[in-house]
Amino acid sequence: MVEGHFGRTTRIRAMSEEQRTKDFLSRIDAKETIEPKEWMPERYREQLVRMMSQHAHSEIVGMLPEGNWITRAPSLRRKIALIAKVQDEAGHGHYIYSAVETLGVSREEVYRKLLDGSAKYSHIFNYPTTSWADIGMIGWLVDGAAIINQTMLARCSYGPYARAMLRICKEENFHKKQGMEIVSRLCRGTAAQKAMAQESFDRWWWPTLMMFGLPDEKSKNTAELMQFGIKLRSNDELRQRFIDMNVKQAQEFGLTIPDPDLYFDEDSGHWQIGPIPWEEFFEVLKGNGPCNRERLDAKIRAHEEGRWVREAASAFAEKRAKRRAKQ
Amino acid sequence: MPDTDREKETPLWEVFVQEAGAEAHQHAGSIHATDAELALQNARDVFARRETIKSIWVVPSHAITSSQPEDEPALFDAASDKIYRHPQFYKTEKASDND
Repeated sequence: MVEGHFGRTTRIRAMSEEQRTKDFLSRIDAKETIEPKEWMPERYREQLVRMMSQHAHSEIVGMLPEGNWITRAPSLRRKIALIAKVQDEAGHGHYIYSAVETLGVSREEVYRKLLDGSAKYSHIFNYPTTSWADIGMIGWLVDGAAIINQTMLARCSYGPYARAMLRICKEENFHKKQGMEIVSRLCRGTAAQKAMAQESFDRWWWPTLMMFGLPDEKSKNTAELMQFGIKLRSNDELRQRFIDMNVKQAQEFGLTIPDPDLYFDEDSGHWQIGPIPWEEFFEVLKGNGPCNRERLDAKIRAHEEGRWVREAASAFAEKRAKRRAKQ
Repeated sequence: MPDTDREKETPLWEVFVQEAGAEAHQHAGSIHATDAELALQNARDVFARRETIKSIWVVPSHAITSSQPEDEPALFDAASDKIYRHPQFYKTEKASDND
């Protein structure tokens, strides 16, 4: 209670690093929220900066594969939805960048690491969008996977990250729903449209399953992230939730899942999948995915071409401030 | 490679939005902008794309003075021994609708 709380903070000041960390972890276990100014282990801060930066970059780079279809959306209805969605992704990137900054790193610094290739973003955005059906698949599968992950993160231990996730989750359902509508229409359309949906599904199914990260026993960050209350569920748990949800959904659409080993396991009540092609995942992470170079080049070019806008805004602000000072 | 080092960091602004109804302004996040007008515009684009927002405030982040975690117990726990600040401290003859 009140006494205890006062006692705790007084104690913290006199504590050794090890004791402080222990105290911090007991706060995590008690599901307390950590706020920017509070003491945190350096490792907690590092993990958050790494993970949140990657997350923000993913939102920003994620605009590219979808932006590719804005000019060719098949109807005005589809086009306005896609424009709104891509704008949302930019907004989501900003929410998370804003949250990363509370950890004492500047946005410029974080963004520079994306541009110089030292920070990562989700491997999924290094795949091309070669047909209109891909826009449907991204909404349904990629955003669907993101929702599962972000719903968990909305309850994570770091306050600013959790709050950013809440905002994002509110908007993400529109993304998923518009994607599912596209897939649903294609699947109920002509034979050619249905084939387009199946071809696209075949390409996206496995890469989206990889979005949840390596299997638990191979993931080097999961255990620590869970100890810190940043992740509340393991990679495999989240992936299984996604599989169970979407095997049924694919069947409803009339799509065939490109996995000959897939079966429903009566004992566990879960769908069991065949082996995930992780070699492909590692190749994409190493920079050898179909679009890695193209994505990064696009972001560097946008940053360069936007330089005059930033400079003009600064010059204008200075001029206006001077004029005001004179008045 | 872009050399962003040479670029100035644009000022940081805290954004507070008021949703429709009788809500108070609530902190939504922060944005970067060179001046207040642009800060307001950016805040609108980032934080008010679809919710029914009634009003936005932007405040330079450096203008905010905040309590520090180590001061907080002293600042906020003081009321615990002042139970006379709560209605339960006061007794009347019998429970009534006025309680």
